[in-house]
Amino acid sequence: MVTLALTDSELRQRAWDAAATVVDPEIPVLSIADLGVLREVSVKDGRVEVAITPTYSGCPAMTMITLEIELALERVGIPDADVRTVLAPAWTTDWMSEEGRQKLKAYGIAPPLPASGRRALFGAQKVACPQCGSVDTEVLSEFGSTSCKALWRCKSCREPFDYFKCH
Amino acid sequence: MASASIQIGDDPLFLCALRRADDALILGHRLSEWCGHAPMLEEDMALANIALDLLGQARELYSYAAKVEGRGNDEDRLAYLRDERQYRNLLLLEQPNGDFARTMVRQLFYSAFADPYWRAMMNSSDPTLAAIAAKSEKESAYHLRHSSEWIIRLGDGTAESHRRAQEAIEHLWAFTGEMFEADAGERGLIDAGIAIDPASLREQWQSTVSAVLTEATLTQPTNPWMQQGGRGGRHSEHLGHLLAELQYTQRAFPGLTW
Repeated sequence: MVTLALTDSELRQRAWDAAATVVDPEIPVLSIADLGVLREVSVKDGRVEVAITPTYSGCPAMTMITLEIELALERVGIPDADVRTVLAPAWTTDWMSEEGRQKLKAYGIAPPLPASGRRALFGAQKVACPQCGSVDTEVLSEFGSTSCKALWRCKSCREPFDYFKCH
Repeated sequence: MASASIQIGDDPLFLCALRRADDALILGHRLSEWCGHAPMLEEDMALANIALDLLGQARELYSYAAKVEGRGNDEDRLAYLRDERQYRNLLLLEQPNGDFARTMVRQLFYSAFADPYWRAMMNSSDPTLAAIAAKSEKESAYHLRHSSEWIIRLGDGTAESHRRAQEAIEHLWAFTGEMFEADAGERGLIDAGIAIDPASLREQWQSTVSAVLTEATLTQPTNPWMQQGGRGGRHSEHLGHLLAELQYTQRAFPGLTW
């Protein structure tokens, strides 16, 4: 279609920029680029291929994200992109950008701790409250409102908050 | 469109993926039965979250099994069009939810196995299985921690919660031996570095379970007799009822999509 005049690298850049505007439907302050869900954009024989990876195996947002990417690309003149889901390497919260972590905190969600701590069988984690910054916090439930979040409570300011689980 | 029940083949790699897919689907379905019924809101969400993780794992495993099988099946056909004798899940996982203690003991017994199983499978020479393992391993670590904490709370809680937790352990114990089995076909995959020997995880499983039960002031049964059959398609009476609910829509309206 209209993309014929672009070189492959220009087309790739345009596609990346458009795909990177797509936000997580559950956490709309984070783009899929901030999250590390957007893995790769490539051009093969003039056709754009976008690779995304799920945060959790059963993440129900993947269908929505795929659709949103297709729509975002269509708006910049790329109507026939191939959006694929890849599993390897497995997504980790360590891929989340520093900007993404700051955005999460400002949104009221405690950003994930480094993934190295996740193996402790019983929680020795110190999560800072996104409202007041205190680390005098406790877990209410390992599983929160979405697959990627746990429910915590701050014992200083008494506010409950979501914690983006390290993964 | 097809409504007739499908029969599975005997390719070892297909069966290896299918067994794990069936485990994840059946346990995920059982946990989803708690949705709206859990003892508290947080736990309702937790059980639904774990079910969702398991359903995601099942979908990847079924898709891969269907690809390996190469007979035109897909994740939906494998899940919805097999009768119980064609299912290969562990008997433990199809057992009814019972009370909350029974659900949590079942979860602990399985998660204490699934967690090291997936961690070991990350080294599979099969790249798809290794990729699925790498995702599942992260999820199972949470499932194990969640169920461990609950067993400790129940066992070391009130007299009533202790009694129920102990009863659940006695009831489900005989279903734990099956996790460590591998048939001749799977032995070939183990030798080829594609699968791992489940028996090699027995010691680790025992040590996790012992640690949790001790902390919980609960007692591990000593009865060595173990129930078998699920891996060969011989199930308890409960699986048929579960499948009747799980498969109803596709059986009543073959090929339905929405």
